[in-house]
Amino acid sequence: MAELLTPEIKARIGTASPEIRVEVTRRDIQKYAVSTGQRARKYLDGDEAPPLFHFGYSMEILPPEQLRKDGIAEDKLIPPLPLKRVMAGNSDTTYHRAIRPGDRLVITRRLKDIYEKQGKSGPLIFVVTETLIETAAGEPVLNEVTSLIAR
Amino acid sequence: MPKFEDIRSGDALPSRDHTAGIVQLFMYNAAIWNPHRIHFDHAYATEEEGYPGIVLDGPLQGDWVAQVVTDWIGDDATLVSFGYANRQAAFLGETMTAGGVVEAKDDASREVRLKLFLQNARGETTIPGHAVVRFP
Repeated sequence: MAELLTPEIKARIGTASPEIRVEVTRRDIQKYAVSTGQRARKYLDGDEAPPLFHFGYSMEILPPEQLRKDGIAEDKLIPPLPLKRVMAGNSDTTYHRAIRPGDRLVITRRLKDIYEKQGKSGPLIFVVTETLIETAAGEPVLNEVTSLIAR
Repeated sequence: MPKFEDIRSGDALPSRDHTAGIVQLFMYNAAIWNPHRIHFDHAYATEEEGYPGIVLDGPLQGDWVAQVVTDWIGDDATLVSFGYANRQAAFLGETMTAGGVVEAKDDASREVRLKLFLQNARGETTIPGHAVVRFP
């Protein structure tokens, strides 16, 4: 099988995005809770964030003219890949403590691995990223490992 | 809410149907700040990208799977880990069923492992999931 992944692409493994600092608000939690159809009062009242609430914090905030035609912001952590059709794969999160209003969080994303495999209908590239969330005081909140598949 | 002593392997968790309408999908994408056009621009999703309709966000459906766990444990247990895998897309108007079963129980750690799923109306598991919860 021909190598799709160039040394330039592989050299990016281990690199990290600039850290993101956020202040969690009750209103943000309430919006997320209502929009996902939560039933638990603590989520609807914004006392505590549902387990997948942090997903939105990985979205870069850019003006429309800086987005791609499909509306997506280019993910600067992931190098341009030779296969262009990208699909969400797996997400696995380990939780250390709940996110609550008033929390000041530090979010770091790191490119953990890029590798290729031969799929049934052609080559596949797997991109594995890790998101670490801590409080500003350094208390671990969660870590999430996510994989994307390009075909 | 379940008591650790009463939980058995094979127990089914209460399932729930979700049918996201266009307003809910808009609110979700606004809440997470997701401007990806396949989630709100029907002409773009169908004509440019060839989808049969507006695409439901994978993480929204992942959240529906997570709610099977959080609704089941209430405030009586802690979520230790949760994972899900996007295997198949779903589209606006589809009714998806989220559910799960107890896979294993560890008396020493008081942890329960759950096997979770999201299914479409054809009974296909589009998103398998898993979680570990710990009881006090």
